Amino acid sequence: MTAGWISRQRHLLDFALSSLGRRRGKNLGLLAVYTLVVFVLASVMLFSHAIRHEARLVLKDSPEVVVQKLVAGRHDLIPAGHLEAIRGVRGVRAAEGRLWGYLFDPAAAANYTLMVPRDQPPAPGTALIGSGVAAVRDAAPGDTLSFRAHDGQLVQFTVAGTLERDSALVSADLFLVSEADFRRLFGVPEGRFTDIVASVRNPREIRTVAEKIDAALPDTRIILRDEILRTYDSVFDWREGMLLVLLSGAILAFGIFAWEKASGLSAEERREIGILKAVGWETSDVIRLKTLEGMVISLTAFLAGYVLGYLHVFHFGAPLFEPVLKGWAVLYPDFRLTPFVDELQVATLFFFTVFPYTVATVVPIWRAATVDPDQVMR
Amino acid sequence: MLFQPAIIALILASAVSTLMLASSLPFVVRVLRRWDMASGAETQLEMERRTYLVATLLKLVLVAQGAALVLFVFNADRMASLFTGAMCAVGTLKVDRWGFPALYLHMAVFFLSAFWLVLNHVDNLGWDYPLIRLKYAALLGLAPVVAVAGGVQLAYFLGLRADVITSCCSTLFSGNGITVTSNALAAMPHGVALGLLAAGLAAVAASGAHFLLRGSGGVVHALASAAVLGIGLAAVVSTISVYVYELPHHHCPFCLLKREYGHVGYALYLPLFLGTVCGVGGGIAARTRRHPSLALAAPRAARRLVGVSLACFAAFGVVALWLVLRSHLILFEAAP
Repeated sequence: MTAGWISRQRHLLDFALSSLGRRRGKNLGLLAVYTLVVFVLASVMLFSHAIRHEARLVLKDSPEVVVQKLVAGRHDLIPAGHLEAIRGVRGVRAAEGRLWGYLFDPAAAANYTLMVPRDQPPAPGTALIGSGVAAVRDAAPGDTLSFRAHDGQLVQFTVAGTLERDSALVSADLFLVSEADFRRLFGVPEGRFTDIVASVRNPREIRTVAEKIDAALPDTRIILRDEILRTYDSVFDWREGMLLVLLSGAILAFGIFAWEKASGLSAEERREIGILKAVGWETSDVIRLKTLEGMVISLTAFLAGYVLGYLHVFHFGAPLFEPVLKGWAVLYPDFRLTPFVDELQVATLFFFTVFPYTVATVVPIWRAATVDPDQVMR
Repeated sequence: MLFQPAIIALILASAVSTLMLASSLPFVVRVLRRWDMASGAETQLEMERRTYLVATLLKLVLVAQGAALVLFVFNADRMASLFTGAMCAVGTLKVDRWGFPALYLHMAVFFLSAFWLVLNHVDNLGWDYPLIRLKYAALLGLAPVVAVAGGVQLAYFLGLRADVITSCCSTLFSGNGITVTSNALAAMPHGVALGLLAAGLAAVAASGAHFLLRGSGGVVHALASAAVLGIGLAAVVSTISVYVYELPHHHCPFCLLKREYGHVGYALYLPLFLGTVCGVGGGIAARTRRHPSLALAAPRAARRLVGVSLACFAAFGVVALWLVLRSHLILFEAAP
């Protein structure tokens, strides 16, 4: 019984394939447009998903709690006295002040991220630079870079080395200097930091610790790693969704195109269906045949479009959508995304492409299947 | 509202489904009022033709609704990272008061759609459209449910705001506190839950075997299948989930679907749902054999459905048993 059913489907599939082959030009055109639609949507989804994944990886090692001082709602330098207060909260394993900021370099027309690393800071007068900085200033170890400090005087740095390339996403625009140089360049007084980071022993206590810090230091703002992650997730979701909504016009156009293609039956095709019905095929058989043809086209286009999107994003760096999804900066790192395929994403993409196509072709298929044999064979 | 691709896809699917169902309603009314196989009038021929279109459209809609249920749960689970305090689908669904109603309506639509598809399949087996009135009358009942489900889902998604603090599974299913149905379920004693499940599965097996051997009692099997769905879900919430997590107070039915637990929830829910669909569907098919044109075909279809439902329930029972046996948690001490 099942064997009979399978062989029946196989013959039907054979017939559908040969019928598709007989109208090669028309079907290839449809397939090309269909593949293109899947490709565009798949690229958007794969890219935004991969970049979310990347953000999560980067933030994995970031501190659990960041404490910033606020003055009139704006971020301000935090006094070292706050460090003691934070260390005094039970559950905090360690707290340190960080020094970091942005420096605009007119020579490169780019912003660098200046930082004082926590361990092994460079010697005063030297700097470690990221790959992006090295490229934009054409600097090699031993070269000298000079910048205007906050008071207008020149501060010189000798490049001690460049940072490893495999962490390009975080390090491309980094410029690591010693604490003394940092304070000299920006005029940050001793005993002040940009912000304070704290690590918490028990991850379940993070929220409680944050509440205690908030109670002890009312002039601060506390940012949790989870919140940053969540915000990144939301932002990328939102960008992806926006792009999809904009592209829904394309999906609609594709639906109309599919409808047109499916309803424009040639006289020959109508004759064919007429003959099939004359030799005993039923309307439901013809519908099944046509549905099978649609399924072949759908699955081929979906697979091809998805693979092309995958190549586009993970091998060519998604040149088509990069600026919209990623945001932009002069010194944006050139990095390769980690390939990542997600089940939910594939299912969603399937809903976005195959479902509209199938809906759009139902009526034309039915029209074709209900023609009367005597009308078309005359 | 959240601009999430999966959310947009779900809204798209429910909007298209509702639209297609609504647009077929005038035809449904016409069939109910004017259908007459004996007539050779042009309107009758036209209706016979059009019924293929409507049936194909509905098949598509209802299959899409089944897929939407899976996507809905999957997406709810995934979105938990967007809400403070939410760790799985429960948290996401509790963010808004429409969350759980949306899920229940999705499930209702899934089952009603599946039953309708069975009816449609059986109808196509006969040469004279024996069930056409019944089929389309059922559609009059199904269409509002799909529309309401779409509306509730939309309300849920519109109400979603990231970062709302929500309660999560550990407090929700802990057996005390707010009285949600699930809490009552979670509080069910383990022995009672497992005993009921065993009894239910035995009843299903007996009624199914009886139907396969004697060809009668399809309705009993359908009722037993529907009962096992409820009993099975209760047992999962109260006892089987506890065995999986190896934590006596963690009753969440959604965490089972997560990767940490090897997606084992799918192995439980899919056979349970499919078994119920086929079991009840078998009962429906068995009831239709009174029509002369279905006298042969309907029992055959019913037997096949009942066979599949038995296989599914057996798979569910085996998976549940395996989960209990492999667990390191001991809920029942053997007598010394």
